[in-house]
Amino acid sequence: MSSPILDIQNVTVSFDGFKAINNLNLSLDPGELRVIIGPNGAGKTTFLDVITGKVQPSEGQVLFKGRNLRNTAEHKISRLGIGRKFQTPRVYFNLTPRENLELSYNRSKNLLSTLFQKPSAQDREELMRLLTIIGLAGKANVPASILSHGEKQWLEIGMLVAQSPDLLLVDEPVAGMTDEETERTGQLLISLAETHSIIVIEHDMEFVRQIARQVTVLHQGSVLCEGTMDQVQNDPRVIEVYLGEPQEEPA
Amino acid sequence: MTATAPTRPNQSKAWIKEVALVGGFALVFAVLIPLLIPVSRLQILGRFLSLAIVALGIDLVWGYTGLLSLGHGIFFALGGYALAMNLSLQLPKDVIPEFFGLYGVEDLPAFWEPFKSMPFTLLAVFVIPAAIAGLLGYVVFRNRIRGVYFSILTQAALVVFFNFFNGQQKLINGTNGLKTASAQLFGANVGSEGVQFKLYILTIVLLMGAYGLCRWLTSGRFGRLLIAIRDDEPRVRFSGYDPTAFKVLVFGMSGAIAGVAGALYTVQSGIVSPQYMDIAFSIEMVIWVAVGGRGTLVGAVLGALLVNWARVLLSERFPEVWLFFQGALFLIVVTVLPDGIIGWFRDGGINKARAFLGFPPKSRTFPAVDLDENIQREREMVDAAPPASGESR
Repeated sequence: MSSPILDIQNVTVSFDGFKAINNLNLSLDPGELRVIIGPNGAGKTTFLDVITGKVQPSEGQVLFKGRNLRNTAEHKISRLGIGRKFQTPRVYFNLTPRENLELSYNRSKNLLSTLFQKPSAQDREELMRLLTIIGLAGKANVPASILSHGEKQWLEIGMLVAQSPDLLLVDEPVAGMTDEETERTGQLLISLAETHSIIVIEHDMEFVRQIARQVTVLHQGSVLCEGTMDQVQNDPRVIEVYLGEPQEEPA
Repeated sequence: MTATAPTRPNQSKAWIKEVALVGGFALVFAVLIPLLIPVSRLQILGRFLSLAIVALGIDLVWGYTGLLSLGHGIFFALGGYALAMNLSLQLPKDVIPEFFGLYGVEDLPAFWEPFKSMPFTLLAVFVIPAAIAGLLGYVVFRNRIRGVYFSILTQAALVVFFNFFNGQQKLINGTNGLKTASAQLFGANVGSEGVQFKLYILTIVLLMGAYGLCRWLTSGRFGRLLIAIRDDEPRVRFSGYDPTAFKVLVFGMSGAIAGVAGALYTVQSGIVSPQYMDIAFSIEMVIWVAVGGRGTLVGAVLGALLVNWARVLLSERFPEVWLFFQGALFLIVVTVLPDGIIGWFRDGGINKARAFLGFPPKSRTFPAVDLDENIQREREMVDAAPPASGESR
């Protein structure tokens, strides 16, 4: 295997003494699709905050493509090629889906080019293609605030893809989606995994089963166990802290 | 929430229409109105048009970017002082402005020297406010101070500037301010009717310029990013943009616009004083924009003109009720018209009024949808796409 795209080494994050992340180690190979599960308060979202620079680790380091991300501003981390989708859909409500995507898609994100550059015809075609993939071509020009919850989720995933990052961090992508939307989201993530490295945080075990290859279980800020879905499901510790008694799991 | 006009590639016709409309209004103000009212009244209108310029600046930072500044009086006054200093220096060689004598100052303070030059002054009118705004913005935004804390800080800065200008008799005549009415400019008295009329026309031209600048800034990608910052600033960071740079630029621009407005207001009022940095005055600026409609630009101009016109009408007849009226106005806007007058119209206000009065609302049609090439192309693409993405929800 080549060197890992993301390498998290002994990371601890403490908020006033409370360790949200406790000596966490995790490494992700290029092209890998990793699902992270864990009970509430296991530190899953803080884990993404650390990678994207929103929270600085108290100890340890995060290496992305071998580069230490300590003290790198969020927007610079984003430009290095890490994209993030939030738990609740975070799209710009007063912009249209097309404009939302365009802001993410735009490659030169400094002040002057934002002032003076206009999207080329090729950019517009690419955006149209993306809008069609996320099923919003017909609603490209309405304010994003009137989209349904599922559509907002898809729009945010679209924004992530538009950014064309090497590593996608996806926080609960199917929360509040219908079964059919969930299924389609799973397919989209699997197809994205062909060209990107992806970390998905998810609660919906049905969905995890659909997409998961490698699963990491977080508990109290550290890795409880790691392995394939079957291994993880049958691990007694995981059953105890997270999945519940076997009879509740019709696996 | 404010509606934003979507900009599409084939809107060149809309642009022509807008330019024609703005030009038309400018002509009405520049040609028609001077025929109808005397110059003394025109001077008042010119002041209001200057205030409309600073309202545009407020709309840029508040309406579009979500930064509620309660300190625009600083930039307004700085622009006014810059020009007033130049006009106070229109004197024979080695003579210093009269007020210095009152405080026993015999030599011109060094920072006055460059204001002897007209080109320097014209630059200083907008560069100094822009620099101060940019600096203040940089310190505040870099430390990620947002929302109400930002507003409080701008107000605190305003108080600091007010007290400084108020207390410095020996530097800038303190609380008395600088008078410009009797100063000489190009051989004519600034307070004379001829100069005042030229200043009135200049105000219209600069108002149009400021409108054009704001319109350009708020359309296109930059404008969309401003709205994105207003909607969800942390998200902007994770999309790879640095919001600090954008906010500093837009706050600096807004400061520059306020400076120009302050200079125009000063020469049409005949005086600049620390009263321009009164807390209430800066809050009034925000009220004008709220009344007209945030995030619309036109609303800022409309609001500034309407509220000030109402003030003149009311305070001439019932001077004591004006403040009550202004308070009531703000309450009405906040509770009934949260998007201001323009927002109310854009939101189908006419129909609401009809419905309120018991008339059936007009049915709405969207012929533009069928004529829009983009939508047509999209429809074809949707039809051609696999059923999964073409479903209607």
